[in-house]
Amino acid sequence: MNWTTFRALFARDLHVARRNLLTTILQTMLQPLLFVFVFGQVMTRSGMMPTSYRGMLLPGIMAIAMTMTGMMGVAMPLLAEFQFTREIEDRLLAPIRSEWLAVEKMVAGAIQALISGAIVALPARLLLGSDLGLSTEHLGLFATIAVLVAIFAAAGGMTLGCSVGQTQIGLIFSLVLAPMIMFGCAYYPWASLASFPILQKLVLINPLVYASEGLRGTLAPQYPHISPTIIIAVLVVVDAILIVTGLNRFQSKAVS
Amino acid sequence: MGVGIRTHELRKVFTTPPPLAAAGARFAGGGGGGLFKKKKDAKPNPNIVALDGVSLEVAPGEIFGLLGPNGAGKSTTVGILTTRVRPTSGEAYIGPYDAWKQQVDAKRLIGVVQQRPNLDFSLTAREILLFHAAYYGISGAERHERANRLLDQFQLTPRADDMTRGFSGGMMQRLSVARALMHDPQVLFLDEPSTGLDPQTRLLLWGIVREYNESGKTILLTTHNMEEADTMCHRVAIVDHGKVIALGTPAELKASIPGGYLVQLKLSAVPESLIEKLKSLSGVTEVRATGNSVDIYAGRGGSLIGEVAAAAAENSADLHDVHIAEPSLENLFLHHTGRSLRQ
Ligand SMILES: Nc1ncnc2c1ncn2[C@@H]1O[C@H](COP(=O)(O)OP(=O)(O)O)[C@@H](O)[C@H]1O
Ligand SMILES: [Mg+2]
Repeated sequence: MNWTTFRALFARDLHVARRNLLTTILQTMLQPLLFVFVFGQVMTRSGMMPTSYRGMLLPGIMAIAMTMTGMMGVAMPLLAEFQFTREIEDRLLAPIRSEWLAVEKMVAGAIQALISGAIVALPARLLLGSDLGLSTEHLGLFATIAVLVAIFAAAGGMTLGCSVGQTQIGLIFSLVLAPMIMFGCAYYPWASLASFPILQKLVLINPLVYASEGLRGTLAPQYPHISPTIIIAVLVVVDAILIVTGLNRFQSKAVS
Repeated sequence: MGVGIRTHELRKVFTTPPPLAAAGARFAGGGGGGLFKKKKDAKPNPNIVALDGVSLEVAPGEIFGLLGPNGAGKSTTVGILTTRVRPTSGEAYIGPYDAWKQQVDAKRLIGVVQQRPNLDFSLTAREILLFHAAYYGISGAERHERANRLLDQFQLTPRADDMTRGFSGGMMQRLSVARALMHDPQVLFLDEPSTGLDPQTRLLLWGIVREYNESGKTILLTTHNMEEADTMCHRVAIVDHGKVIALGTPAELKASIPGGYLVQLKLSAVPESLIEKLKSLSGVTEVRATGNSVDIYAGRGGSLIGEVAAAAAENSADLHDVHIAEPSLENLFLHHTGRSLRQ
């Protein structure tokens, strides 16, 4: 492993991310923020939702923003770079094992995910007000889960970006990501699915559930939530599987 | 000093159809499509033998050419030597390093210009050069100095700070070569570097490549243009269907063609008696007739024409067309394969 090359590869991605900063922010942040406004403000002020809903909403919104930013931040550039123009070729020739290029992309994606979680939290808090009843007691656990969620997003993006074609990504979005978000327990606690027992079991295959529940359980523990220990265990396993799959998919795309 | 290249019995069998971009032309269509299409029209996996036992030895400091038609296996050979293609069997070495098992060491020694431009579209021309050098750990000041020099040398300075998406094919090609030279590699791979270049740019490129070679660097160049192989290369391997069919200096190769000159005739008819007559003319080493065309390999060209015309008239065949080709690698290829390189 060669740090100089790794750093240069990272610097390249950072440079490109900075250049596309505005579009990236709009792409991934707009939707969660609109959601915050509609559900956190319109619905609660009009009395259609209890005001306590706002504190429940923030961790879920963070989970969505992190997951989407990390996934898209890794998958979309990869799709373009592995296309027939093979823009990635020059970096595959850099004097470092090509797996490290994949690792670098995942690290960059995970950092992007963490940043977007932080960025979306600020305006969301402004929109939702300061009386959200958030707890700072479990910050260590919260940070651990946030990092695991960021890794899940980036490794998932690597797997996705190296598995589907450019023509299929639109379909993936509407067929996979939309239900994933809706059934990701971001807008409601998992416990509230109790009246749909089959659905409640079914959504457990959705990693976003653990992201939302984990962030909520450590930031707003007053709401019902899955135990953080279980969350961490599941996320570690999911991360490991996605990292290994992502690296394999990347290698099979990189070498013919 | 200097780093050589060696391959031993390289074989590569592709088991997936070539991507649309790899202009193999044997498998057209089939890319893209929806998510669920795969199963329905699943074809059995193809077995494309791209390389069928290629053994080469390129000396340090040599300009070595791989000459062959499309699909011959030139890019696959380059791909294996540059760590981008996994060989099915056989070995490939850059200097002392196995290109597959010691990838990082091998990559450090090589610069690669692939057949298709693969510039980083998210960067400007200058940034492409600067980041490339950074991957190789070249210091900041040195990077900028080299980038300026190469941009200038390749006449790209006016567009240095533009994104490269809008560049013409020729500009992309020049920038690709400049990028490959940024880290001063010991071995430079150029896969069909002059395809799509205008004659002026081609001369510019040839000059730069020669100069680079004179500083002791090894160059492996692929081409289907025999003029390029002839003027640029110290030695040439002619490849076809994944095999080396001839190897030597351009002069040696040309001298190996029977006769050297190739006189091609088109006639109204080719009676057996005419062929016998042509074979008996002095200096003629081989006569091949296909339909109404006749290829004569001979030790002389122009002076043969009078006798050929007389022989045709004698056998009451009208001569429609006569073409004289001087000894060339093109003739050699035609002689070995019965096909023209140009097709
Ligand atoms: N990635 C690939 N997958 C499958 N087949 C390929 C691939 N690349 C090249 N081929 C096939 O291998 C053969 C040799 O191709 P190539 O090495 O590109 O030839 P050349 O560079 O001499 O034109 C062709 O038949 C081509 O279609
Ligand atoms: Mg080729």
